[in-house]
Amino acid sequence: MELFEELEIALAREEVWAMLVDAEILSQCITGCETVERISETEYTLLLGTSIGPVRARFTGTIELTDLNPPESYTMLGSGKGGVVGFAKGSAKIRLQDRTVAGKTGTLLSCTLAVSVGGKLAQIGSRLVDVAARKLTTDFLSRFVALAEK
Amino acid sequence: MSETEISTIGRSVLRKEDHRFITGNGRFTDDINLPGQTYAVFVRSPLPHAEVRAVDTSEAEAAAGVVAVLTGADLAQDELGGLPCGWMITSKDGSEMKQPLHPVMAVDKVNYLGEPVAIVIAETLLEARNAAETVQVDYRELDAVVGADKAQSALQIHAEAPANTCYEWELGEREATEAAFEQASHITSLDLHNNRLIPNAIEPRAAIADYQPGTEELTLYTTSQNPHLARLILAAFVQIAPEHKLRVVSPDVGGGFGSKIMVYSEETATAWACMRIGRPVKWCADRSEAFLADAHGRDHFSHVELALDDEGTFLGLRVKTIANMGAYLSSFASSVPTYLYGTLLAGQYKTPAIYVEVDAVFTNTAPVDAYRGAGRPEASFLIERITTMAAREMDIDPAELRRRNFIQPEDFPYQTPVALEYDTGNYGVSLDKALEMSGYAEFSARQQQSVSSGKLRGIGISCYIEACGIAPSQVAGSLGAGVGLWESGEIRVNPTGNVTVLTGSHSHGQGHETTFAQLVAARFGIPIDDVQVVHGDTARLDFGMGTYGSRSIAVGGSALSVAADKIITKGCKIAAHLMETEAENIDFDQGEFKVSSSNLSKTFQEVAFAAYVPHDYPLDELEPGLTEKAFYDPANFTYPAGCHICEVEIDPDTGCVEIVNFTAVDDFGRIINPMIVEGQVHGGLAQGIGQALLENCVYDDTGQLLTGSYMDYCMPRADDLPSFNVDLTETPCTHNPLGVKGCGEAGAIGSPPAVINAITHAIGIPHMDMPATAEKVWRAIQEKRGA
Repeated sequence: MELFEELEIALAREEVWAMLVDAEILSQCITGCETVERISETEYTLLLGTSIGPVRARFTGTIELTDLNPPESYTMLGSGKGGVVGFAKGSAKIRLQDRTVAGKTGTLLSCTLAVSVGGKLAQIGSRLVDVAARKLTTDFLSRFVALAEK
Repeated sequence: MSETEISTIGRSVLRKEDHRFITGNGRFTDDINLPGQTYAVFVRSPLPHAEVRAVDTSEAEAAAGVVAVLTGADLAQDELGGLPCGWMITSKDGSEMKQPLHPVMAVDKVNYLGEPVAIVIAETLLEARNAAETVQVDYRELDAVVGADKAQSALQIHAEAPANTCYEWELGEREATEAAFEQASHITSLDLHNNRLIPNAIEPRAAIADYQPGTEELTLYTTSQNPHLARLILAAFVQIAPEHKLRVVSPDVGGGFGSKIMVYSEETATAWACMRIGRPVKWCADRSEAFLADAHGRDHFSHVELALDDEGTFLGLRVKTIANMGAYLSSFASSVPTYLYGTLLAGQYKTPAIYVEVDAVFTNTAPVDAYRGAGRPEASFLIERITTMAAREMDIDPAELRRRNFIQPEDFPYQTPVALEYDTGNYGVSLDKALEMSGYAEFSARQQQSVSSGKLRGIGISCYIEACGIAPSQVAGSLGAGVGLWESGEIRVNPTGNVTVLTGSHSHGQGHETTFAQLVAARFGIPIDDVQVVHGDTARLDFGMGTYGSRSIAVGGSALSVAADKIITKGCKIAAHLMETEAENIDFDQGEFKVSSSNLSKTFQEVAFAAYVPHDYPLDELEPGLTEKAFYDPANFTYPAGCHICEVEIDPDTGCVEIVNFTAVDDFGRIINPMIVEGQVHGGLAQGIGQALLENCVYDDTGQLLTGSYMDYCMPRADDLPSFNVDLTETPCTHNPLGVKGCGEAGAIGSPPAVINAITHAIGIPHMDMPATAEKVWRAIQEKRGA
């Protein structure tokens, strides 16, 4: 499935960018994220507990940031293994543009998300994956904005 | 009449087996528990196509309650063979089909989603499940080949099969067919996909294995439709144990529909693991596993063309089909889109020239094999769709076009251009009866009514034929079958005069314990309760070929009929001795051996007793005892045929299709138990209508199964179906002693084209692929209205 979201943040582009590459910030924004570890300049491992319909699972996953073009855009590639429940893979293309927000220089963040799942997750939960991915994304964005505008 | 009264053939005797089923006394594989048993859970691939780089079982082995964790590599170490396919198909260039190794568990590569990679055995099921979750498999994902239509140009799956092609087969006369098309004044053509189905027997597959090291005997209790064939394959090909030390028992089995013919990975691995660990091992599939790993059905992409003259006479039929085999060749997969499909393409018609090409292809999907009808539903759908399309294009009534082309009663035996010789039939009679029962002539009045209430209404005809009573061994052998296809039957008359019947057929819902008892009871003139039917145990019967292809009554029943003849012949000799006359003076009738032109007689029970207590007995001429067996090899297939008519009403606002009337008139030859036959027809119709309206197996582009549970795979339910309007016609089979043909699959073969013919009629479109879901129907109506 594919999903497009965009929103305005009352914070300059450079500052938003700095948050987007901060593992601590990212971990606070991902629902169910238990740990995030930075293993290189652009790679993170994480542990995530979530439920999709009847399927509950803890995913061990990696996130890699590619196509880095600060402070404008990057692509976040994620993949997670949930043991017997299967796996999930996804990419989020993030793009930042200048935008006047509340009379000040702010940022327009747009996000294009693609997710695919496999194994039992696909067999039983495929129709629920859209909903779960959408929720994960909107939760992420709203928490991110809250942190940014704090 | 009570069940203890003398039964006669043709009576609807209530099913003997139902008492134990409805009182919870059935004994299914999972009901069997052995002392010291362990539980097996399989680790399955979550990817449809991947290299297996490593399997780490260390955490699982250390987990609580775990007895053993075994992988494909352990299997390979024990030098177990792969799972074979029992039917060799030869391509049109003379080469043999490609048969890549089908390992019992994957070693270095997985080729379909759910393929077993390891078996975890523990003291309890929960412990086995928990440990299975900790097995770490390192996969390197490969692109998956999903659709059969694109498989030949996709990434190659098996080194042995270039272009993912298993075989390129042909049947019929190419030149004659080309010539027929050149003369045609009308050609109708159609591209279709016969949708992929998942079998869904109510009881999932299960196995429990027990090994006795003292005698080196291995017993496998399992949900098989053909335990002797399972034993043969496990002994001769997989080489798990020699045949005389391997016992396969299929106790009560809750449905098969073909999916339990095959010898699968899981049952085989369970048996092997039991020998390896020295304790009984039990495995029972959960429903998710059944969706992933039971052999699926259908999945043909076909292009069909029918050539006709001005009058609508069929001149030629040309078919090109791509059949999906899945990742490996399942036990009988190769025969389904060839000898069970191409040979049926004459249908009920005198089409003089037919040519069919079938490419069988490998994909990264579950293996595809026989499923209720196996090849014949695919043939029937194609013929009956193209016939109706041609009729509509030429503005001829579809019933009339069929009638013009029927093989006539005087044409039998009729040699088709596609190998089969039909022995008998009367297709016009079935059509007429179905037209009358369905009120075909008054359809337009009903249609007007529907239109006036804002609905669409359509009617569709299907005149199917199928080949049952599989199969004459020499014919099957000459076509590539690896086994004989006779059946065995044994009748043991006990000293007290009741009878034990042993059949090589296997009942998994068909009601053999009643039909066969009825057959034998009627022959001997004894109460049906005095007959006990035994099946499904290689230790109790000589050999049997099992139940599939609607063969049980035609082949298994015929074997029992021959065995009964032998009992009566011997009984006459014994009776003659007892009454001091010659055997030719004895008439056996209604349970009594009578001396003709005299009032002397001996009952069946008296003769049985004399056979076992031979104090007054011709021991110099006759052996004691009264047991006879027969192996019956049929002379030909049997050819059930009939006419199904479906009438639908469609709500154009929702696309919902309601089947308002369904008429089925079938010719199954002679009938032993009309109630059981009607039940078989009902079940078959439900499955056929399920295929036409609801059921569809969908893998996504990456090879993940999207319809992997009942949330997404829609089975027909009672409220999807009308009260069926069924009746029979009868032309007895000419070559078996009972005149029977078989009824198990006809419903699923005849009904799908009737449903689609009705829906396309209602909407006014040439074709719609199955399943005709509400969404698809609604879109077609919108498109039609927009056009």
